[in-house]
Amino acid sequence: MRFSGWRVLKEGLTGNKGWGPHWRDPQPKREYDVIIIGGGGHGLATAYYLAAEHGITNIAVLERGYLGGGNVGRNTTIVRANYYLPGNSEFYSHSLRLWESLEQELNYNAMMSQRSILNLYHNDGQRDAAVRRGNSIINQGDDAELLDRDAVRKLAPYLNFDNNRFPIQGALMQRRAGTARHDAVAWGFARGADMRGVDLIQNCEVTGIDVEGGKVTGVQTARGPIRAKKVALAAAGRSGQVAAMAGLTLPIESHVLQAFVTEGVKPLIDQVITFAEGHLYISQSDKGGLVFGSYLDFYSSYAARGNLPMVEHTMETCVAMVPAISKARLLRSWGGIMDMTPDGSPIIDHSPIEGLYLNCGWCYGGFKATPGSGNAYAHLIATDRPHGAATKFKLDRFRSGHGLMDEEGTGAQHNLH
Amino acid sequence: MRLSCPLCGDRDRREFYYKGAALRRPAPDADLDVWHEHVNLRQNPAGPLAELWYHEMGCGSWLTVTRNTVTHEIMEVALASTSGLGGPA
Repeated sequence: MRFSGWRVLKEGLTGNKGWGPHWRDPQPKREYDVIIIGGGGHGLATAYYLAAEHGITNIAVLERGYLGGGNVGRNTTIVRANYYLPGNSEFYSHSLRLWESLEQELNYNAMMSQRSILNLYHNDGQRDAAVRRGNSIINQGDDAELLDRDAVRKLAPYLNFDNNRFPIQGALMQRRAGTARHDAVAWGFARGADMRGVDLIQNCEVTGIDVEGGKVTGVQTARGPIRAKKVALAAAGRSGQVAAMAGLTLPIESHVLQAFVTEGVKPLIDQVITFAEGHLYISQSDKGGLVFGSYLDFYSSYAARGNLPMVEHTMETCVAMVPAISKARLLRSWGGIMDMTPDGSPIIDHSPIEGLYLNCGWCYGGFKATPGSGNAYAHLIATDRPHGAATKFKLDRFRSGHGLMDEEGTGAQHNLH
Repeated sequence: MRLSCPLCGDRDRREFYYKGAALRRPAPDADLDVWHEHVNLRQNPAGPLAELWYHEMGCGSWLTVTRNTVTHEIMEVALASTSGLGGPA
């Protein structure tokens, strides 16, 4: 089934009776070349790129719940490539380029909207950091512009420019950044993978990983044992528990991050805007809801819901930046389980077990990485060599201390990134 | 969420700083792998976890707290000074 304007028109005139399911609901086979544990954004993207770029189609994606029911459906949908450190910089650059052609490649409307991002700065030190980061982004080949106060005011006149503690001096802008429809990204990759023969198996929790003589041979699942030559983890906040089934301990703590949506309001915020009081990011969805979030709750959690002090802090920060928002009513909030690493950067690497691959540690930046992560992980699984844009996401950097990518310089404590 | 500080009683979560899992500190000259495990690797359980909290806005005590990471239930709070987590002197 191909989507096109003509097809939408035809279906609209004939009662929309011609649409079918976007993917099959297959029974698991006894054996696959590759099993991917986790049917979220990264797992589905990995399956898609394995099939589309490497010709490996005998793949099962095993999902405990339903496709896209984890963090890919629980984020603030921001896409950007404004990282500073080598390793991260080239990877997110690669990922953004994939985002730009994703909808055409998948024939799926992911509502990719390059509406730009403004990272506000409030003092001379933050301005210096913005200049330095901007230069790094430009050196990487991506776009960055330094805006002064007047230029920001033209774009976002409703901001509180004269907050006593955090007056707005300007912003670092990336025009190619923006947002995408998070669920549609998962669905688009799922459909693309399914069309190429990948089995997407839902309600299939992995309960064990079989290892014989240091080599992976398959998995145990709620729907029986399945053998596989290669097993690839893409379990985000649950990575530690899945890795433990193979006897591995990861450098990861799972933490809760909350996000919030207001009732729909008329068009107000045209970009993604971040407030450097600490950490706040906001955009407006196409439905009109203001979507925003701030810090982790800072304690380990698998609850997928947070506590009120961080709700209060986020609201205070939000209203400090955009006073008009104080009149909007909050519709809903939710929490996601974040796989936090000691340096705040991810891992795409071999594991110490032959045939078992790791993709984890996305902290709370995994959504923008979705195509890049799937693309790089597929390359690693297919060729056993790291993708050129993801050579620094090594597991052993934590043990050796070489190649750590601590963007914020907060040190080796998982929850501080 | 409230923590019951052994010295101050029930206090709001906002008075406390979270450090992470309560792990016994290795000897200074311990092997690299031992330090790697201490600094980086985490069991990261979904369920009860012994962790370190600091009563920053209260008495200034470090506390060992046993807390369920799935339900956020606080199961036990004790002074970290009695825990032996500091490792060999």
